[in-house]
Parts: sequence; structure tokens; C-alpha cells
Amino acid sequence: MLEIQNLCYSVDNEGSRKDIIKNVSLTLEDNKFYVITGPNGSGKSTMAKLIAGIEKPSSGKIIFDGTDITDMSITDRAKAGISFAFQQPVRFKGITVKDLINLAAGDEKLSTASACEFLSEVGLCARDYINREINASLSGGELKRIEIAVTLARSAKFSLFDEPEAGIDLWSFNNLIKVFEKLHDVTHGSIMIISHQEKIINIADEIILIANGELVKKGTKEEVLPLLTGTQSFSCKYTNE
Amino acid sequence: MDQIQKNLLAEVADLHEIPTGAYNIRSNGEGAGRRSTENIEIVTKTDKSGIDINIKPGTVRESVHIPVIISETGLSECVYNDFYIGEGSDVTIIAGCGIHNCGDQKSQHDGIHTFYVGKNAKVRYVEKHYGEGDGNGDIVLNPQTIVHLEEGSYMEMDSVQIKGVDSTIRVTKGDVAANATFIVKEKIMTHGHQLAETDFQVELNGENSNTNVVSRSVARDESKQIFKSYIAGNNKCHGHSECDAIIMDNAKVDAIPGLSANSVDASLIHEAAIGKIAGEQLVKLMTLGLTESEAEAMIVNGFLK
Repeated sequence: MLEIQNLCYSVDNEGSRKDIIKNVSLTLEDNKFYVITGPNGSGKSTMAKLIAGIEKPSSGKIIFDGTDITDMSITDRAKAGISFAFQQPVRFKGITVKDLINLAAGDEKLSTASACEFLSEVGLCARDYINREINASLSGGELKRIEIAVTLARSAKFSLFDEPEAGIDLWSFNNLIKVFEKLHDVTHGSIMIISHQEKIINIADEIILIANGELVKKGTKEEVLPLLTGTQSFSCKYTNE
Repeated sequence: MDQIQKNLLAEVADLHEIPTGAYNIRSNGEGAGRRSTENIEIVTKTDKSGIDINIKPGTVRESVHIPVIISETGLSECVYNDFYIGEGSDVTIIAGCGIHNCGDQKSQHDGIHTFYVGKNAKVRYVEKHYGEGDGNGDIVLNPQTIVHLEEGSYMEMDSVQIKGVDSTIRVTKGDVAANATFIVKEKIMTHGHQLAETDFQVELNGENSNTNVVSRSVARDESKQIFKSYIAGNNKCHGHSECDAIIMDNAKVDAIPGLSANSVDASLIHEAAIGKIAGEQLVKLMTLGLTESEAEAMIVNGFLK
């Protein structure tokens, strides 16, 4: 279980303070599938980075399975079971897809066949990709799928995905939905996806709506969707926050 | 041969036992073993220190190992090795130099290797440099590689220096005839107060001659690297050089490219990129459970793989 208590995050904006996250409190239960949504610039990606430890909150606490992780490093949070698929995956010269999958799985000797299964799940022909370097020769969509495969390999207690659908337009959307459903079944952990896509929202147990750095509503689709229609950029999936 | 020498051999030539095929092992300035084969003859030079390696035309799928190891402190040598590679042959040559210096005097090996690559011959040349030892004496390696590529021939040179060499100035010169190709791949890591200077000079003389020079390096601590490359296109040809360096700590890296197009049909490109490890790369690997220093090591190892 992940508990976010009175979380605030502000940055210095040319001498004046800008509040990005404003006193957000949330409880995310085990084995649940959450979608966090809201307009561009509402603070969704920042929330994910605060949970993964990439950014440090100005105040407030994050409790994971009863342990206060607010001051923990990225590494220790990862080891504790928090996994994070980036919105914009990172390229590495010389590091292969297999290297990252093995690292994510925590098994250097993971067989190629097992590593390939993760790639097949995200719709990539494993044989063509497993030994590829994660460098500029891969397209944005390929990188995005590899990022998801790597996160699947982690099989973590808490998996965060920042706009996983962005950039993989040509891939059958239903497959992506199946990937998340399977992840939900297999890992018995919580999943939190930042998304603007209605199809992803439809399979969530609960929706978290954030606007202007504040929690607007957490609840079922039926409870939250009516509030969503009022936020102007909801239907756009090509956002970069 | 003692354990130190055996270890050096393993480091520079992946040799754990006597290699198959032709070989010449030079240890502390003297011959420590040699075998010629039916197609590959190794002969001691009579006018100066070094050997001639004569490869008969049409020799295919054979290899030559010529490692050099030095475990005595204060030994300095300059060796000339000439390779005559016959027409139409296809061979692998594994050179390399390992120095163990646990004394206070400088140990130095300057190897001057000249390749005469015959028509349509194909050569893969692997050269690895390695230094070790806890003495205060410097380990110095100054290799020179001079390559003459005849029509239709191909040479690929893989040069690696990952550890322990205090000072190196490596000069590689090539002249490339029609339809011939010269590929160079270099990997260097320097640390401490080391200095590594690389100087490539390639003349593309023949029609449809080709060269690709790729250097990947990591400079850490207080070390200094200088990368110079010069490609002259004297005919219809293709030349590409690339220097890609990761800089860490207080290291310094200079990249000095030079291109000279002396024909309207010469196509020449140089790329150079020097920078520190990107923060987002470290963060990504940390979200997969590595510490910052483990992440750094994985990025550097991958880069130099």
C-alpha cells in the first residue's frame, strides 16, 4: 500500500515560488489498478517522479508498505518494489535490450527465451530486438515498447507508467490494454498509469483526477468521468508534460 | 613462463595456452616461442629488432598471434614487425602488449607494425594494450601502425586500451587503393594521470576507396586524451571519422578532426561528441535498482563494449 500524505512540491520560478503539487493526500491500495489523469501541466508526471524518488517533495510524506520512504534514494525505492516507466525513455550507447531486461528482472543469467517473452508481450519481434543497442537507431515507438517490456520484467509491487500509450499509435491499442490487465493479474501489485486515453481509463479500478496540482477526485469511473469532461485537453493524447 | 607473464598473455591475447596456428611470443625483449605454419612464415629480422610475417597468397581462415609481454622494470624496446599479406588471403592477426611494472623505472614498448595487404586480401587485426603493477615506474606504449592497402583489399583494425597504460601516443597511417577499405575501431579508457594521444592519418587514393575510423573513449580522474584524425580524399571515395568521448571527474579531452577533399567526388564526414554521462541515464538505471556508481559503471562498460 502506498500512502501519500499532504504532499507539496514547489519550484523557484524566477525568484517567486511556483507550487506544482499542492497538499495532495492519497491512499493507493494493493492489487488495484489506478489511472491518474488531468489536464496538461496539472502535475501528474511530477507526482510520479515524487513517488519514484526522482524529485524530492517540499513537504509531506510518502509511506510504502508501512515504511516512510520520503527520504529514500531512487535506488532504495526501486529495491523496495517501486518501478517507473518513463514518458520519454532514455537511450544508451552500447547497452542492449537484453542487458536492461536482465537488470530489471534482477537476474543476470535470465535466459534469452525468458527475456524475449517480455518483448513479445509488447508486440516486438523478440529475435530482432533482444540484442539491439538502446541507441538512436531505435524509433520513439520502439523505445516506448521496450520501456514497457523492461517495466514488465521488474514485476514490482508498485508499477508506475507515465503515458505509456504516447508514441505507439500504430500498435493495436487492445494489446496495450491486455499487457496491463496481465500485469495486474500476474504481479499482485498496484499499477498506476498516467494517461489521457479513455480505453485505459475504462479498465482502471479507480481514477485519480488532478488539476492545477490539486487532487480533484479519486473514485470510480462513474464518479470521476463527469468531472473530466470539463477539463479541456482531456481528449488529447499527444501531450508532453 | 611465470604466473605474471601468463596473466599478461591472457589479458592481451586471451591466450591461456599455446595458440593454434602461427605465433610468436616476445617476452622481456626475447623470443619465448614461435611457430610457423605451411602458409604463414615468421622470420627474425636481421637488420633490426623485430620479425617479418609472410602470409602466402590464398591463405584463408588462418590466424597469427604475436603478443608482447614485459614484466621487468626499466626495459625499453622498439620493435619492427612487418606483415606481408598475400593476394586473396583472409586472415586474423592478434597482437597486443602487456606490461607488468612493479619497479621504479619506466617500462616501454614501441611497436612499429607495417602491413602490406595484397590485392583482394582481407585482414582482421586485433591489438590490445594493458598495463599493471604497483610500482612507481611508468608504463609507456607507443604503437605505430602503417597500412598499405592494395586494390580491392580490406582491413579492419580493432584497438583496445582499457587499463593501466600511463602514456601512449598511437599513430595509425593508411593509404588505400581503388576499391579497398580500411576500418579502424578504437576503444580507450584513461584514469589517474594518464595521457593517451591518438593520431589517425588516412589517404584515400584509389577510386571507390573507403575508410571508417571510429573512436570511443572514456577519460576519468585527471587523465588527458587527444584525438586527432585526418582523412584526405584524393579520388572518388568515402571517408568517415567519429570520435565519441565520455568525460568524467577532472579529465580533459581534445578532438581535432581534419578532412581534406582533393577531388570533387570525395565524400568526407567527421563527427565528434564529448560530454559527461547524461543525468537521465543514471536516473533510469537507478530506478532499476542500481546505485549511482553501479549505474555509472554499467554505462561506461556498455559504451566501451
